[in-house]
Amino acid sequence: MDKALQVSAIKDGTVIDHIPAERLFDVINILELDSCRDMITFGTNLDSKRLGLKAIIKVANRFFQGQEINKIALIAPNAKLNTIKNYHVVEKRVVEIPSEITNIVKCFNPKCITNHESITTRFKVESKKPIELRCMYCEKITSEKQVVIR
Amino acid sequence: MHPKNLISITDFTKDDYLRIMELAAEFENEPNQNLLNGKIVATLFYEPSTRTRISFETAITRLGGRIVGFTDSSSSSVSKGETLHDTIRMVSNYVDMIVMRHPLEGSARYASQIADVPVINAGDGANQHPTQTLLDMYSIMKTQGRLDNINIFLVGDLKYGRTVHSLLQALSVFENPIFNFIAPPELAMPIEYKRYLDEKGIRYFEHNEFTNIISEADIIYMTRVQKERFTDPMEYEKVKNVYILRNNMLENTKPTMKILHPLPRVNEIHTDVDANPKAYYFTQALNGMYTREAIISHIIGLK
Repeated sequence: MDKALQVSAIKDGTVIDHIPAERLFDVINILELDSCRDMITFGTNLDSKRLGLKAIIKVANRFFQGQEINKIALIAPNAKLNTIKNYHVVEKRVVEIPSEITNIVKCFNPKCITNHESITTRFKVESKKPIELRCMYCEKITSEKQVVIR
Repeated sequence: MHPKNLISITDFTKDDYLRIMELAAEFENEPNQNLLNGKIVATLFYEPSTRTRISFETAITRLGGRIVGFTDSSSSSVSKGETLHDTIRMVSNYVDMIVMRHPLEGSARYASQIADVPVINAGDGANQHPTQTLLDMYSIMKTQGRLDNINIFLVGDLKYGRTVHSLLQALSVFENPIFNFIAPPELAMPIEYKRYLDEKGIRYFEHNEFTNIISEADIIYMTRVQKERFTDPMEYEKVKNVYILRNNMLENTKPTMKILHPLPRVNEIHTDVDANPKAYYFTQALNGMYTREAIISHIIGLK
């Protein structure tokens, strides 16, 4: 069965495909889709050869800017973005890990000030593969396995 | 250009380091200079620290400045639940500079973003203690006459010891340093610092115990091996006496070699070393005052 039909098509907007199924709601939160007024459809636990189970989100009439979408790169590094116009894919993009991560990840260090006061976390990306994030406050490295979304 | 804050040792450039060395020598020559006349400095010590606080407060007083603040958080509004954010906002309205020690890591960087006056980090948890590093550098400069070509032995807790990490970074901007690490495997120098040296092509050697190789040292930098760092108390018992420096071990060391220690020491330097002219740790603590006068003047732009 054609997977694209498992979630109904949109006329104009963006399809975010290849999201790990367990990260679907993190992606929704990070992109603040919960406050989006346009039509959103999503499917999850769909079979995927690469991911096992994947999720897909379709947002009508929304076109994401580069930086905006790169925010999800940490949790959905294989995500693909298809821009849809008049039911046709007009652009395909992959996400890229930005050089700085702001307000998405929690610092793994329990003694870091960002875990004690209400502070926007900021990390410098030291390595993209494997992911290593240096906290701009406590200067400790949060590794890929330690990444927790705030 | 004067840096606005001193939060992390890497905030300063090599030129800043050298300028601090120059100024510290000037203050050693003439410690009482009325440069901070009419200025008020807040010393906010959220945890007690005898040496750092007294040396900062003496430095400020010798510069003619006045001090407000607290010496532990129980005597501040923190005990009423005030956030660091609010305390810093409030204090920075009153004073010309803030010196802060805080148990949480990253707290000093955060304070510097809130305050509109300069902030000096006097220790943020296990993260940074840059004024200690600068006084260590001044002690090396003073006793060796240079910061280039230094063969330094870092001994003890190299895993958690913030002073050794910062000193390693600071000395790495100078010519041709050689680092020797002496530590139990549990407290070895973390991989990220070894990688840092590898990237810069700087030589380092790792040892598990003191050997005759210390005869090559210009500086032996001792630190405490702390019991609470070990998950297994047996492991601590095994290593606790391996890293004790005794006077009879110093026979073949260079005549110009000096022993440094950030203090307080427990038993890692035997008291029989104290009378040896190579023991420098108490003078090192005195150098801290001159260095802090230099740092304050440099940041406020008084010199």
